[in-house]
Amino acid sequence: MDELFTTATIVGILSSAVRLATPYLYAAIGETLAQRSGVLNLGVDGIMLMGAFSAFYVVYNTENLLTGLLAAAGVGLLMGLLMAVASVTMKAEQGISGIGLYLFGLGLSSLLFRIMLGTVESVDGFPRLNIPLLSDIPLLGEIFFNHSILVYGAFLLVPLTAFLLNRTTWGLNIRAVGNNPQAADALGVNVQAIRYATVCAGGMLAGIGGAALSISALNIFQENLTNGLGFIAVALVYFGGWRPVGVLLGVLLFSFVNSLQLWLQVIGIDIPSDIAVMLPYILTIIVVSIPFRRGSEPAALTRPFSRGA
Amino acid sequence: MKRLLVRLMVLALLLPALIACGGTPATPPAAAPAAEEAPAEEAPAAEEAAPAASGEPFRVAVVMPSSTTDLAWSQAMYDALRAIQEEMGGEAAMEISFSESMFNVTDAAAALRDYATDGNNLVIAHGTQYGTSLFEVARDFPETSFAWGTAIDTGEAEGLTNIFAYNAKAAEGGYINGVIAALLSQDDVIGIIGPVEAGDAKDYIDGFENGVLATKPDASVQKTYTGSFGDTALAAEAANVQIEAGADVLTGSAQQVVGAIGVAQENNVLWLGTQSSQASLAPELVVATQLYDWSGVVGDMIGKIQSGELGGTAYELTLENGGLKIEFNTEYDLPAEVQTAAEEAIQAVQSGEIDPLAGS
Amino acid sequence: MGGFGSVSGITQTLAKATPLLLVGLGIAIAFRASMINIGGEGQIMAGAMASTMCALALRDLPGIVLLPLSALAGTLAGGFWAFIPGILKARLGANEILTTVMMNGIALQLTNFLLRGPMLDPAQIAAGTNIPQSEALPMHVWLPRLVPRTLFHAGFIVAIVLAVGVYILLWHTTLGYRIRAVGQNRFASRYAGIPVPQYMTLSMTLSGCFCGLAGAFEIMGVHRRVVEGFSGGYGFSGIVVALFGYLHPLGIIPASVLFGGLLVGADRMQRAVQVPSSLIIALNGLIVLFVVSSRVWVEYRNNRRAAQQASQDTNDDTAAPLPTRPTPEQERA
Repeated sequence: MDELFTTATIVGILSSAVRLATPYLYAAIGETLAQRSGVLNLGVDGIMLMGAFSAFYVVYNTENLLTGLLAAAGVGLLMGLLMAVASVTMKAEQGISGIGLYLFGLGLSSLLFRIMLGTVESVDGFPRLNIPLLSDIPLLGEIFFNHSILVYGAFLLVPLTAFLLNRTTWGLNIRAVGNNPQAADALGVNVQAIRYATVCAGGMLAGIGGAALSISALNIFQENLTNGLGFIAVALVYFGGWRPVGVLLGVLLFSFVNSLQLWLQVIGIDIPSDIAVMLPYILTIIVVSIPFRRGSEPAALTRPFSRGA
Repeated sequence: MKRLLVRLMVLALLLPALIACGGTPATPPAAAPAAEEAPAEEAPAAEEAAPAASGEPFRVAVVMPSSTTDLAWSQAMYDALRAIQEEMGGEAAMEISFSESMFNVTDAAAALRDYATDGNNLVIAHGTQYGTSLFEVARDFPETSFAWGTAIDTGEAEGLTNIFAYNAKAAEGGYINGVIAALLSQDDVIGIIGPVEAGDAKDYIDGFENGVLATKPDASVQKTYTGSFGDTALAAEAANVQIEAGADVLTGSAQQVVGAIGVAQENNVLWLGTQSSQASLAPELVVATQLYDWSGVVGDMIGKIQSGELGGTAYELTLENGGLKIEFNTEYDLPAEVQTAAEEAIQAVQSGEIDPLAGS
Repeated sequence: MGGFGSVSGITQTLAKATPLLLVGLGIAIAFRASMINIGGEGQIMAGAMASTMCALALRDLPGIVLLPLSALAGTLAGGFWAFIPGILKARLGANEILTTVMMNGIALQLTNFLLRGPMLDPAQIAAGTNIPQSEALPMHVWLPRLVPRTLFHAGFIVAIVLAVGVYILLWHTTLGYRIRAVGQNRFASRYAGIPVPQYMTLSMTLSGCFCGLAGAFEIMGVHRRVVEGFSGGYGFSGIVVALFGYLHPLGIIPASVLFGGLLVGADRMQRAVQVPSSLIIALNGLIVLFVVSSRVWVEYRNNRRAAQQASQDTNDDTAAPLPTRPTPEQERA
């Protein structure tokens, strides 16, 4: 047990938590945007898979990481657009259309993988990028400033999104559309356009989240690479009370416990591995049950909008 | 109620598009090139498995839990079937049908039953979890031959005579990989990334640990289980954790490990593989892979079936019978003394001098 | 050869519809009270494990007692697995989407743990193979197969009866009325004197009971022992079925059969023309998207027809406005 409390182990746990958090963070922040405007997108996992595949395929062929990232963002945006058409214009039941989108993304990414690659290959992804000066800070430098650029991007996204939602007119409109679309409409806000924008932006971020797996964390693509990660991301949005900073805390907590259980096993603390894997789930339930804050659930979440309805 | 009806009608209209009928099971299109090349020579494995005298192709169907491209469990079986097909003379002599990603056991049971109904000569249930369903189907189709793996039970106790069982002694190759890992490790810290602490994976890992400790008793073996077969991201992070905790040689099993291999490559850490060849993924770091070669076993089954024996044999892949092979990656420059030690260990395991699972 | 085209296809479809129907009913009960139960998967596992334990521990009891008892054990275990998120939501405001997803993860790991250790088949230990599966259930708790040599078992009939039962419960009893009232407006219900937290917990627990029973039936009717991967995503596809069926017990019956047929047909197509399973999954996704999106078109057409006929001022019955059944999400607002 002593081994757990050495500096090296603690730094290791925290630094791997930061890495694990990255894809969740992209997906969950994107989902926060969509949900704040009143659209529940359950298809995040499918979008991530498509993003992961596109990024990987482009990098595999062009060896250009930036193009790969753009491809992931573009494909994510298109998947978001599909979701928006179904759930905003066609007013489909959001829970089901999200599952449909998930299945579509899961199947299509595997199919394209089958046709275009055929077998698991690897690429050189984003390298670790030590930020000068900051990475020299003892401990903190190792934990926070010794990662690939996509990791930094994910964490930068949190204050940016918080600023967008709370301090700009756009943010005000998004929140208005999510809370009371009728009133927003009466005030001249284009409800449908706002929802299209947030769902597409959310799709784009989910696509980048997939790229964070396939060309940064893992540097490979495999069928069903995300293994349900996107669903956890959606759950973490609820956990974070629809606030970017809350979502960040939720993501960090979940990844922290996940990396803690890996470390517990490596150090050889003798608990059955199944029980160790359970830890993140149990802890999330406990934390979410502590009634210290109420989230600001968008009142119109999952409700399609039609004028005069 | 009306909206509901309309919706269901739309669904019903769409169904035929999906449920396309097909009376004859088609062969995989990818098999075409194999058919064009006449086999130059018959490999020993398929010697008994010559095409049936009637001219009818021998039909094999297989149900697998993951995809045929998983670089692990399912791919090992799929590649073996392809190899046999080529040896037998392409798809004119042998037809392969497969159902992949059958993680849902109920679906697998339905697939097994359909394959038997379709008149396949050999129906393979390539997953331990399919056993119960297989026994039930086998009872209903006494004329069809079935195979189940990995398992050692052919159902004889229950009066079944049409089931072959096959098993891989994964611990043997695990032991050899462990010996290699111990010799290559500079810091004597070796990491293992497993899926769930059970079955084939546990055998491999136990053998591996024994191999390491027999070579370097003071070495430290760090084990992590991710709790899933397909959680590639968590397996990758497990590799990161292993490396940060000092491991300089890694191994792992199940289809999730491709994530870990990517991380090993990024950190220049050596990797030892199992099930299917993983050298293509990181040519400079995959030292050796324990290969499962099912072609001998399946070829032998086909021979038995053609001579009228529908089951009852339990096969085992071992280093001794060549079903397990240690494939050294030619692109990795393995020191000669390590290679020698590994080969000695292989001989010792083959002769039974070493029990890879001793004490566990 | 499709999901409906032959005896084997139809029985496979109905075998698949059984758990989908039970889970769909459970999901509907929770959704009616505005509780979103994503935890069907975990509740199925809890139910399967409990019924197996019960059947194995009390195997000396006669079938007529043991069979219902095992099913009951599964039902209660599923209910308990849902009770936890239910009470956490009702008393502490813990978001049930999150907690039910997490309970799924816990159930999966617990199942893994039990199958490897305490519940591992003694025959596996004796043979040294340690395949993670439980001992086979004694034959007298097997649910009878309705068509021999298929997987279609008597659980389907029970599920149909229960669907009618849920309909009566929700629309013809005080209990059901209150569940729906809580779902429609929590605050109004509280003023009306309904103990809202109790009803939220209750609806979630009932929902779990149905999922648990689905798990018990999968074991007693199909697998006859717990094996890895037996639950196969019914907890999730059940949600789609419930929503396709408009959260109405009598709508869920055809929805479950159709959806079961869709899944079976997809699998059979994979075998028949040997297309990769991923193509089928992608097509399934598109179909779900398409069907769920077609609703606005249907509504638009209906509205226009209603408007036309209204303007003609006829007394035609068909001009009557469609009964609108808002989804609970809409009701909640």
